[in-house]
Amino acid sequence: MRFDEVDCAKGECEMRPTLTLLWLSFAAAGGAVAQRPEAALYQENRVAAPETAVDKLVFRGLAQNNITPAYCSDAVFLRRAFLDAIGTLPTADEARAFLNDPSLNKRRALIEHLLERDEFADYWAMKWSDILRIKAEFPVNLWPNAAQAYHRWLRASLHANKSYDRFARELLTSNGSNFRVGPVNFYRAMPDRSPEGIASAVAQTFLGMRADRWSADQVAGLASFFSQVGYKPTREWKEEVVFWDPNKTEGKPAVEALLPGNRRVTLPPDRDPRELFADWLTASDNNMFSACIVNRIWAWLLGRGIIHEPDDIRPDNPPSNPALLTLLQRELVQNGYNLKHLYRLIMNSRTYQLSSVFPADKLERAAPLFAYYPLQQLDAEVLIDAINKITGTTDLYTSAIPEPFTFIPANKPAVALPDGSITSSFLELFGRPARATGLLNERVNRASASQRMHLLNSSHIQNKLATGVNMKRILNPKRKPAEMIEDIYLSVLSRYPTPGETAKVEAYARSGVAKGRDAGIDLAWTLINSDEFLFRH
Amino acid sequence: MKKQITRRQALAGGFLGTAGLMLSGRTVRAAPVVKAKAKSVIQVFLWGGMSHTDTWDPKMDAGYDFTGQFKDEIATNVDGIRLGSLFPNLAKQADKYSLVRGMTHRNNGHETAAYLMQTGHPPGERLAYPCIGAIFALIKGYEAGYKGLIPPYVVLTQPQGRFSEAGFLGSRCKPFATGGDPNAARFEVEGVIARGITDQRQNARRDFLGSLNTMRTAHPGNPELAAAAEAEKTAYDLILGEGKDVFDLSKEDAALRDNYGRNTFGQDCLAARRLVEAGVPYVTINYPGGWDTHSNHFATMNRQCPNLDKGLATLLQDLSDRGLLESTVVWCCGEFGRTPRVDWQPPWNGGRNHYGNVFSVLVAGGGFKGGQIVGSSDAKGEEVKDRPVYPVDLLGSIYALAGIDTAAKLPHPEGADARVLPPADNNRVKSAGILTEIM
Repeated sequence: MRFDEVDCAKGECEMRPTLTLLWLSFAAAGGAVAQRPEAALYQENRVAAPETAVDKLVFRGLAQNNITPAYCSDAVFLRRAFLDAIGTLPTADEARAFLNDPSLNKRRALIEHLLERDEFADYWAMKWSDILRIKAEFPVNLWPNAAQAYHRWLRASLHANKSYDRFARELLTSNGSNFRVGPVNFYRAMPDRSPEGIASAVAQTFLGMRADRWSADQVAGLASFFSQVGYKPTREWKEEVVFWDPNKTEGKPAVEALLPGNRRVTLPPDRDPRELFADWLTASDNNMFSACIVNRIWAWLLGRGIIHEPDDIRPDNPPSNPALLTLLQRELVQNGYNLKHLYRLIMNSRTYQLSSVFPADKLERAAPLFAYYPLQQLDAEVLIDAINKITGTTDLYTSAIPEPFTFIPANKPAVALPDGSITSSFLELFGRPARATGLLNERVNRASASQRMHLLNSSHIQNKLATGVNMKRILNPKRKPAEMIEDIYLSVLSRYPTPGETAKVEAYARSGVAKGRDAGIDLAWTLINSDEFLFRH
Repeated sequence: MKKQITRRQALAGGFLGTAGLMLSGRTVRAAPVVKAKAKSVIQVFLWGGMSHTDTWDPKMDAGYDFTGQFKDEIATNVDGIRLGSLFPNLAKQADKYSLVRGMTHRNNGHETAAYLMQTGHPPGERLAYPCIGAIFALIKGYEAGYKGLIPPYVVLTQPQGRFSEAGFLGSRCKPFATGGDPNAARFEVEGVIARGITDQRQNARRDFLGSLNTMRTAHPGNPELAAAAEAEKTAYDLILGEGKDVFDLSKEDAALRDNYGRNTFGQDCLAARRLVEAGVPYVTINYPGGWDTHSNHFATMNRQCPNLDKGLATLLQDLSDRGLLESTVVWCCGEFGRTPRVDWQPPWNGGRNHYGNVFSVLVAGGGFKGGQIVGSSDAKGEEVKDRPVYPVDLLGSIYALAGIDTAAKLPHPEGADARVLPPADNNRVKSAGILTEIM
């Protein structure tokens, strides 16, 4: 492959005015944002202004701190929205279509499109599976059939955009077989199934609170609601029925329970106490319930909670922007606990669409103000799916222990894996959570040398680049080099190359280190190993 | 001594039974009484659980329903130690290792027993603990100033993947699984040694990456990207440097490689020795192929035991020849043993099932004496007869030999009180004391 024949890549034609205008933006940004020429690729050259109710509440804080925020570029938004909403990389064609679309409301249209994609349910089922600890094996030991049933219910719920109050109620009050009634596994997916253990899981899941910070009375009070959760085996191996068992407490049932917020509740003998708890939890005036979920979704999309950490809510850990939290809660409750409404609200805000370029020495102070979009390494599952999509390859996922063996069809992406026990050294290496605690910080997206060795130099990645059908299609010798370069950039980074980048690629091809197709493979390899690919930005 | 005692009882009563083991009133694990000699550990893990009665605790008088086709045992170079007949090479090395025949935890689930054997913590508690290899990576690796390019905890060749081995210690304590096959013409360690990429192209690609890493230039000083750049540099130090030569088994004498056995396990053992020589604190060999012989038991044993015998025996001899055995603990076992009575019923048709009541562990080096037997099982290998050894006792012994305080607090992201081994007042944990009789 030779890159010596170059026509004017679209990026080149589009990039020139941006580069010229960039220096003007210095003045506009008031010097608040350190600009370098490269930044023009990633952010727009106009000052961001508040446009939605969310923005008004955020930008007030930015103004008070003399921060002039900048918008992300269309290319950055495209990639960010795909990765954040559906955990999937746009294809080269999708990127091209979006970037060339002249319409002014294309960001809004893209958000609508993404919220209706099937991958939305796959990706958010994965995120929820972390919280709900959906895993066949140690330490929660759901068993493969039950993990599958649980995940199926979860994915279907998200796909149907089930209202969040109903979602929570089904998790809390279902009865039946772990193999047949997915949500009963809520009460099984925890190492400690004592009433106190369940109370702790409930507090963490639905209130974002850590019961180990509570007094013993508070834990015991909440545990009373779960003191009659019964488990019984059936004649099918590892099948277990979860049900309301009023006799479980052997003649001395708890008569009183204590709700978070210290309200006492009398438990009538003729009603499943879990129902009483669900009534309280999902009542429209229960701010604890709505605060937890809106804060979680905000944190998932913006990399940080309004209350931070999102699963460590307590009186002495206040929200950084209380009015913003209240606004999101009101929006959720008034719209019937419609989660997609919340995604739409957040993703359409200018706040979500801010640039990630920000002065390094001010990052920490500006983080609770949401002055920029923070860089985060891709989730392990998202990363391998992206590499497979770029190259046109698949990974085989299996789990040999415990029986029955689990084999996942080859076309299934990693984000759609139903069970955290599925063996994969890649996912392990890149920080897939063990799903032991359900805490968000169990997923660690931090670069390590071993990860880098794998990406830079493993046969796993090298084979994908060398043999993937998409790579063969892109690097078909009948095509022009400029088309190949453009396709690789659009496939991997979801943007056009700049003229400067194209020149460097041509120089590399001319150097003769890698000949023919290998030069194109090396370009794809390079971009896959670049920060721009590896980080959400 | 079939009756199990809790550690609290053991401590309170000073009751520790046989073999001259007296630890009355002493904290069993917190204050090691032994001199720390071990610098490295090689763990040979027999996934699935190897039968103890066919191997290192033979019961040839138990009758056909117990022994099946394995009717012979063999003498070793130590009087009184006899092995199953599939281990002629280990029989010549019995002076170098000891056999713990009273190992017990009574847990018959693969994942829970594997967790128990490698963490010492009872499964089902609120925290999921890191395994011994990850703790070595932390304490004997990073905290001890380990600067090697090879990660401090290496797994040959495939990870177990059944529980998160690093637990809450995080990614830097995760095992580095080599992948590849050390018995192949070239041991292609995943990420370290790539097929068909010349050093010239490696260097050119690295420069190419540097010149096209546009976003890094746009975010000067960003700490996330700085960490990524640091990780990349470390990776290249290994990829392009000499550190990777440790995986080049072709540098070894061909006759020695033959002795280890020209199979994946044999060459795993050789690679483990080279890693220890290079200063890696913890190496785990996951036996390639399982020992979960519910069915087809005898054929599997006939196939796998000779490789295990040859590889392990040569490893002990080789470590000894190089003066490394004194500073290297070698321990070998599965997560449990297998039912001493053969299951002749379909669908097992002559198989053995999971058995955690009693089984055997081989320990050597690093301060463990050789030529000893610790404890025993009863006439049919079904229960502990004397000197039970619980997971905390075995792991506590290894920690003691490495100078690791088992009461040390581990860093936990939520600040939970997590110790290397469970504290002595944990009623769910049984102990009969560390293996002072062979230390």
